[in-house]
Amino acid sequence: MEPSVHYAPYTGWVYPNETVIEWSVAIVVYPYITGLVAGAFTVSSLYQVFGFERLKPVAHLALLTSLCFMFFVPLPLLLHLGHPERAFNNLLTPNLSSAMAMFGYFATFYIVLLLIETWFAFRPHIVEQAQKRNGWTGTFYRALTLGSYDLSEKALRYDAKWIFWLAIAGIPGAHGLHGYVGFIFGSLKSREWWSSDLMPLVFLFSAIISGVALLIVLYVLSCKLRRTPIDLACIKGLAYTVWAFIIVAFLLEGLEFANIVYKAREGIEVIMQYVTGPLLIPYFVLQFGLGSIVPLLLLSYMIWRGTTGRELVVGVTLSACLVLFSVFMMRWNVVIGGQELSKTGKGLLTYPMQVFGKEGLIVSLSMVIAPLIVLLGITRLFPPWVHKAAQ
Amino acid sequence: MKREAISALRARRGFLRKIGVAGAAVAAGSTAVLRKVAAKSESAAAQKSFPTADYDWTKRKWAFGVDANKCIGCLRCVEACKRENNVPLDAHHFNTWVERYVYLEGEDKPRIDSQQDPVNIAASGSEGEYRFADRYKGAKVEKAFFVPKLCNQCEHPPCVQVCPVGATYKGADGVVLIDAKYCIGCRYCVQACPYGARWFNEEKGVTQKCYWCYHRISKGLQPACVEVCPVGARVFGDRNDHESPISLFIRNNRVQVLRPETGNEPNVFYVGIDKAVS
Repeated sequence: MEPSVHYAPYTGWVYPNETVIEWSVAIVVYPYITGLVAGAFTVSSLYQVFGFERLKPVAHLALLTSLCFMFFVPLPLLLHLGHPERAFNNLLTPNLSSAMAMFGYFATFYIVLLLIETWFAFRPHIVEQAQKRNGWTGTFYRALTLGSYDLSEKALRYDAKWIFWLAIAGIPGAHGLHGYVGFIFGSLKSREWWSSDLMPLVFLFSAIISGVALLIVLYVLSCKLRRTPIDLACIKGLAYTVWAFIIVAFLLEGLEFANIVYKAREGIEVIMQYVTGPLLIPYFVLQFGLGSIVPLLLLSYMIWRGTTGRELVVGVTLSACLVLFSVFMMRWNVVIGGQELSKTGKGLLTYPMQVFGKEGLIVSLSMVIAPLIVLLGITRLFPPWVHKAAQ
Repeated sequence: MKREAISALRARRGFLRKIGVAGAAVAAGSTAVLRKVAAKSESAAAQKSFPTADYDWTKRKWAFGVDANKCIGCLRCVEACKRENNVPLDAHHFNTWVERYVYLEGEDKPRIDSQQDPVNIAASGSEGEYRFADRYKGAKVEKAFFVPKLCNQCEHPPCVQVCPVGATYKGADGVVLIDAKYCIGCRYCVQACPYGARWFNEEKGVTQKCYWCYHRISKGLQPACVEVCPVGARVFGDRNDHESPISLFIRNNRVQVLRPETGNEPNVFYVGIDKAVS
């Protein structure tokens, strides 16, 4: 059994209390899955609101993905809290000056919105199944109809109107939820690595690319599993989207780093020592190099050459996997990196990651994988592709 | 036809009345709940007294002074604090600590350590007792001094600002307190404090820090660290009292605070520190 607290080894001068790294890998996972929620929702909105017809095959899958990940967003936080049973105080007696206090409201608003939008989107399917099935599944669908079996053209037009407006409301909802996560870090003046006005935007754009990338992987995977042909126009549409947003995300992250270096405030020597030492591989090689520049070049090449067919699918999926990895590294480098740089500006710590335990590696990885398993189950109950075929 | 319409109207009215009664009952119930909750949401700082009945915190304005010229690095303050406040006897949790700054000949940056440094722990032989090891023996020391550190009980505490539930708050007498029965253990305050003053109690699941021995000062005693300091490097008192030790300390010295650029406005005033101290 590992001890519950691991002390961080350090070099240079760090405050005595800093030798316990308080925000663990669980807090790396939290913004990661929140970002996937926001990013997946962006894909669904691009179709529902902005009329990107190419993304139609993934629009409903995006909605379900967003919902499944949203179910798990509070989990890493609850596992992290010293008193999870008091978490509800956050909603009952919020301290309005706290950036964190708004989490409960944002999250609740958004999850309700997602549930309603998903219900409208899948209503034709629910009604159809409720009329067709018997037994407990039939009862399940009948309960979900909420008593409304009207599938007339007028009713469906009414549904579409709701979906449209919910998707519009969801854009600030999803992006607000994630932008605020960036603000939690960016608004702290105690750490030079976090304290940045760009942080909410950096989080937001990296969230969007991670969500689109996830949708690419899930769509390709689902087509393979279902043995259906991949819609190349859709893949191309997703590739353009991720390509455009990578550029913005990359520029913002580069700009933020350039700001720290160029302003060169107190503690810059240690920051430089850190980024050219322990952070060299996770930051420059993995996050920027392998995770951003390689997919950017690969996608640019494919767009330039007009690659299509199997090569396009393989290239785009590979890029998407790299982007997903890059965004995870970005979360790691912000959350853990920020704490490895001492507040004294004169020392460096090393985060001793636990493997077991509620804030260990295994539990944290499970929290990234669990939403995918739930998604697998949910797509059986509400097939996002059947809906498309029906139209 | 008309009769039917009237009876339908009547039924509707009856139904609405029932809903109204039910609604009123729910509303009354929820206001009772809300009131109970609101007692908590009403800022503790707005309450009259805490926690001793005969202590009026509106009459005090506590402040702390550190004269680094006097500190000899004996670390009795650290040990007294640990015992007085049940701080775990290890090298990773401290309400107060002492930093040692040593400028060696030929070096323009100080070597800094504190009692928690593995070399110093090895010298004391225990994580529960503290001493500074004689680690610069042979080297020529140009300048050296000790700096005691503790919570600054800031005028604008970032820890209070970020607490999502208001479990940590600033009392009317200036001390930043933590309600251990309300803290959810998110540790946002630990991250927000630029001085590293806060630490997390794994066992209790809540954050802790120095509160100037509130249980003592509200009874007219001195904080434990002030009481045990053999050289008077730590000064404590009420700024509302013009002749208190702290008022005299601030009046008679050119004092400074740590990290003034943060805008936190600390209430621990220092004498005898140099630019390397932050």
